[in-house]
Amino acid sequence: MNQVNTNLVESLKSSLKVTDEAICSGRDEVTLVTSAGELSSIMLALRDSPALNFNQLIDVCGVDYADYPSNNQTPYRFAVIYHLLSTNLNHRLRIRVYCEDDEQPAVPSVVDIWPSANWFERETFDLYGIVFDEHPDLRRLLTDYGFVGHPLRKDFPVSGHVEMRYDPVEKRVVYQPVTIEPREIVPRVIREDSYGDV
Amino acid sequence: MAEIKNYTMNFGPQHPAAHGVLRLVLELDGEVIERIDPHIGLLHRGTEKLAEHKTYLQSVPYMDRLDYVSMMCNEHAYVMAIEKLLGVDVPIRAQYIRVMFDEVTRILNHLLWLGAHALDVGAMTVFLYCFREREDLMDCYEAVSGARLHSAYYRPGGVYRDLPDFMPKYEASKFRNQKEINRLNENRQGSLLDFIEDFTTKFPTKVDEYETLLTDNRIWKQRTVGIGVVSPERAAALGFTGPMIRGSGVAWDLRKKQPYDAYDLVDFDVPIGTNGDCYDRYLVRIEEMRQSNRIVRQCIDWLRGNPGPVITGNTKVAPPSREDMKVNMEDLIHHFKLFTEGMHVPPGETYCAVEAPKGEFGIYLVSDGANKPYRLKIRAPGFAHLSAIDEMTRGHMIADLVAIIGTQDVVFGEIDR
Repeated sequence: MNQVNTNLVESLKSSLKVTDEAICSGRDEVTLVTSAGELSSIMLALRDSPALNFNQLIDVCGVDYADYPSNNQTPYRFAVIYHLLSTNLNHRLRIRVYCEDDEQPAVPSVVDIWPSANWFERETFDLYGIVFDEHPDLRRLLTDYGFVGHPLRKDFPVSGHVEMRYDPVEKRVVYQPVTIEPREIVPRVIREDSYGDV
Repeated sequence: MAEIKNYTMNFGPQHPAAHGVLRLVLELDGEVIERIDPHIGLLHRGTEKLAEHKTYLQSVPYMDRLDYVSMMCNEHAYVMAIEKLLGVDVPIRAQYIRVMFDEVTRILNHLLWLGAHALDVGAMTVFLYCFREREDLMDCYEAVSGARLHSAYYRPGGVYRDLPDFMPKYEASKFRNQKEINRLNENRQGSLLDFIEDFTTKFPTKVDEYETLLTDNRIWKQRTVGIGVVSPERAAALGFTGPMIRGSGVAWDLRKKQPYDAYDLVDFDVPIGTNGDCYDRYLVRIEEMRQSNRIVRQCIDWLRGNPGPVITGNTKVAPPSREDMKVNMEDLIHHFKLFTEGMHVPPGETYCAVEAPKGEFGIYLVSDGANKPYRLKIRAPGFAHLSAIDEMTRGHMIADLVAIIGTQDVVFGEIDR
């Protein structure tokens, strides 16, 4: 771990009072795991504490762990990942928050801490159906008007559920169930560790 | 006196100044913008979902199609993320080639931005001038990868092949006589590096040419100075990166601050603005073109004197050479497995970012050890910039909105993904 990240982990421990288990680092990246209840206070501290000073929220995205291999099982199905950057101190941090309800995943919004979260959270809501509590304007962003479902969930097929075509009789565009057969050219395989003696 | 009410107007998605498929719902008070509600997603192709169903190598060409005017920079972030998870080393020559083509891409992108921005604001000539130079750079793309735009040249572990020793030449046709052909082929006699070097010697005077048209132009200044002003603190809070945050006076450049590949071995300056308006962002991008030109020159000098491999020798990641494949069973098997099943990336997660011409382009990659990504999240700079358009345009006229869309350099390939 390089010097910047060592200092970052030290500051995290002293300013946020987080435990060692909550921080994992590897490949020159630091990840902090926190809970939805603590998220707002932690994020505020990350932005305002002088030793951390994360003035930019670079990215927010969801992850659906439904198909994740059983040996690496995560405690919950959905997680929200935040990537923070400090342009003053030149360090990065990843925050992982698990959504504790698999059926109705929800985390608090951070729009009032970083305004850039607005669209990122709308996108995550659109693609994963994760609700961001107290978001001022939680509408779909990327998918079609009137779209049903959350396309990046693992149980959503890559070909989707509906397709669009022009109906010459009705003289308008109509939606109908997809007619293409889903096919997989290269199957997804996970090899054992010693495969091909690497 | 008649009572004037606010009214809403639709802008786009089919509008020449919308740079693609941007739909804005404007709330206007006369000609002054009160509020903007951008509707995006008209170019959403589900790249992230598709990538989960493709092997790692099959997704490289998808990256070209994100920000389709800075193709190689997108590939760069993607292959770097894979390399980081795999833990493979990239040969130094490949790193220099990537840096050189990143900067060629930056010039390509800024030329298109400059032309389109000036056209939106009302200067037709700049567009034509910019496309003249873009043509040469796209020829470089073509010489090295076979495609003028969607190159798929960067690969995990290096680049697809070494720089070619010759440039493709024009041939005589019934539309062009031999004399004209000789003139066109004059700078194509040597290798690709000779061609790019010839370009870099001519390019600074071309940038001067653009500047004579715009920098002191009264109309240009009236349209850009004091338009879309963003303070440094606000720029950071809104998630701005690249020229957008540098225009506000923050010296933040990933190439300097978190150098990747050979960027710590080349010398260049980072221009910053002072006022954070459209004019400063224009000046920043113009200077970036000059600095990119400088980096390209340094890379040419280095590449001339240092031959070597351009892709890793790890045959689990990169294909073996054709000769080895014909004589060695092991290599044949590696080749077969690599292109049928694909490479296996160890489980884990990483975030890799590059300084793309528009800002920080990042790839967040989660792998479960399979031959396909478990989750690929693309962090597009334009997405964060466009989300701030409401704040940037509030209180401006509709005509200024066009200038602000231009200064944000939005490309819908990356915003809608």
